[in-house]
Amino acid sequence: MTVILKTENLNKVYRRGGLVAGKSITALNDVNITVESDKPVVIAVVGESGSGKTTLAKTLLRLETPTSGRAIVYDTVVAGQGATPSKRAFLGLVQPIFQNPFEAFSRYRPVDAYLQETARRVAGMGDDEAEAAVAAALRSVGLDYGDVRGKYTSQFSGGELQRISVARALIPNPKLIVADEPVSMIDASRRMIIINLFKRLRDDAGRSFLYITHDLATAYYISDYIAVMNKGQVVEFGPARAVMNNPSHAYTRLLLDSIPTIKSRWRPRLAHAG
Amino acid sequence: MIRLNDLKISYRIANRTIDAVDGVSLTIPDGCIVGIAGESGSGKSTLMKAIYGDIQAPMHISRGSIDYDFQGADGRPVTTQTIRRQWFKSISYIPQSSMNSLNPVIRIGRQFTDFPGTDSNKKRVLEQARTYLGKLGLPPEVMESYPHQLSGGMRQRVMIGLATFFQPDLIIADEPTTALDVVVQKEILMLLMELQEEMGNTILVVSHDMGVHYQVTHKMLIMYAGRVVEYGDTESVFGDPQHPYTKMLIDSLPTIGDDSMRGVIASAAGAGGDRAFRAEPVLVEVKPNHFVARAPQPDNVLA
Repeated sequence: MTVILKTENLNKVYRRGGLVAGKSITALNDVNITVESDKPVVIAVVGESGSGKTTLAKTLLRLETPTSGRAIVYDTVVAGQGATPSKRAFLGLVQPIFQNPFEAFSRYRPVDAYLQETARRVAGMGDDEAEAAVAAALRSVGLDYGDVRGKYTSQFSGGELQRISVARALIPNPKLIVADEPVSMIDASRRMIIINLFKRLRDDAGRSFLYITHDLATAYYISDYIAVMNKGQVVEFGPARAVMNNPSHAYTRLLLDSIPTIKSRWRPRLAHAG
Repeated sequence: MIRLNDLKISYRIANRTIDAVDGVSLTIPDGCIVGIAGESGSGKSTLMKAIYGDIQAPMHISRGSIDYDFQGADGRPVTTQTIRRQWFKSISYIPQSSMNSLNPVIRIGRQFTDFPGTDSNKKRVLEQARTYLGKLGLPPEVMESYPHQLSGGMRQRVMIGLATFFQPDLIIADEPTTALDVVVQKEILMLLMELQEEMGNTILVVSHDMGVHYQVTHKMLIMYAGRVVEYGDTESVFGDPQHPYTKMLIDSLPTIGDDSMRGVIASAAGAGGDRAFRAEPVLVEVKPNHFVARAPQPDNVLA
């Protein structure tokens, strides 16, 4: 079995202010998650704002250094003590997708320049190879390179641009894609296009995903494992269906009860005067 | 009651005119929460701006009118031209991101006295505001805080406090909970529902989340490409959606405990299936209080 993701006593403390009067905020408090599997998986991380989900993602992406502990992705230590891979090797293993695709790409550059650059500088490809890799990556997210070439962010919808971000992340052939709130900026009716794309990339292309979200419904829909975070701690972790159908922690139950569903109402709606 | 009469709102950009709202006629009764759904670009924000009376170039009303049935201070009926004078008094607005809407450099208390038309006795207004914010579940220290010292949920409560302080007849809430997580979202929505029941006013809620609509609204308005495709009682719209776009909105999101495949129709729409949802501008009453734009007819093939 491959260790897809493992965190060992991962801690992250942010310090604010001066040494004397400063305040510390514990964003990750002894996070221990282990996912071992032979097949690629989608791991969801859910929780409210400030629960530490994004700090976990940033630590795995090496955008933050953990205060203590370490993280392992596909048998390679990527963060904390003993994190060895070079930047290029690391970016070939883990790739990010960010929340707002309009901010992830500059307004002043055509978006395919980013895809080309990833192919050349991260994957180390030559001109022809890069061209073919970009075209193949765009094809795998349902886009044609001819329709993307030379265009700027303003010429795409949020959903299209997010699919381009996915295509960019696929170019170096990473094993794990860390997606931090990838659908929260996209219209509800178009969200499932991205979610189903993740599902297909897991099943057909063998990619694993760390899906960070506050939307429990989509997390239930695609995840194999789920971690529920609250105040920097993982309060519940396990196979997604088991956790969501039978939550054992009070916080997980609170989260599930707070989802606005179209099945039952929180309180009866009185008839209106009109 | 608000009546929209064949309303067409356009943006004039260079020599091009874009009709963001294209021939909307409907009546919004008093004392109910109306949910407005539709994707970005469907014209829902433009429609909300027009009802609020915030019409600035290049946006303009190119046809039709809006009737409000409340009177201004001079006793004359309010029109699109005079609605500005009613802002915060009989019509108010809860914007999408409270983070950017509160004045960052003045304390919360002063935000309650910071607009014209408030009682000249500032002390009395501040006292009332303090009591009112307490009723909305905020600690008294909030009055002396700056916006950045509050959490997102507290700021959104302050925004709701500002918008409802003068008990307006109409409140427009544009995605009031989008930036909040589910637990806080539920608290804010419950608060909004309680206030509405107490005041008996009309609230227009714009949201992407059909679950939010089902929980809070009495009536639903579904927009697509600048037109209303469905309008009716929430129970009826969710229980028996008539228009294919409404069905797609309701079915597109997964629910917990349901393992069926989702989003198949949504993908078809993304691939240029949009034409199937283009609505005829005529609303037909299919059931009492449930209107649907006449279903699109298949194109006639010329022999």
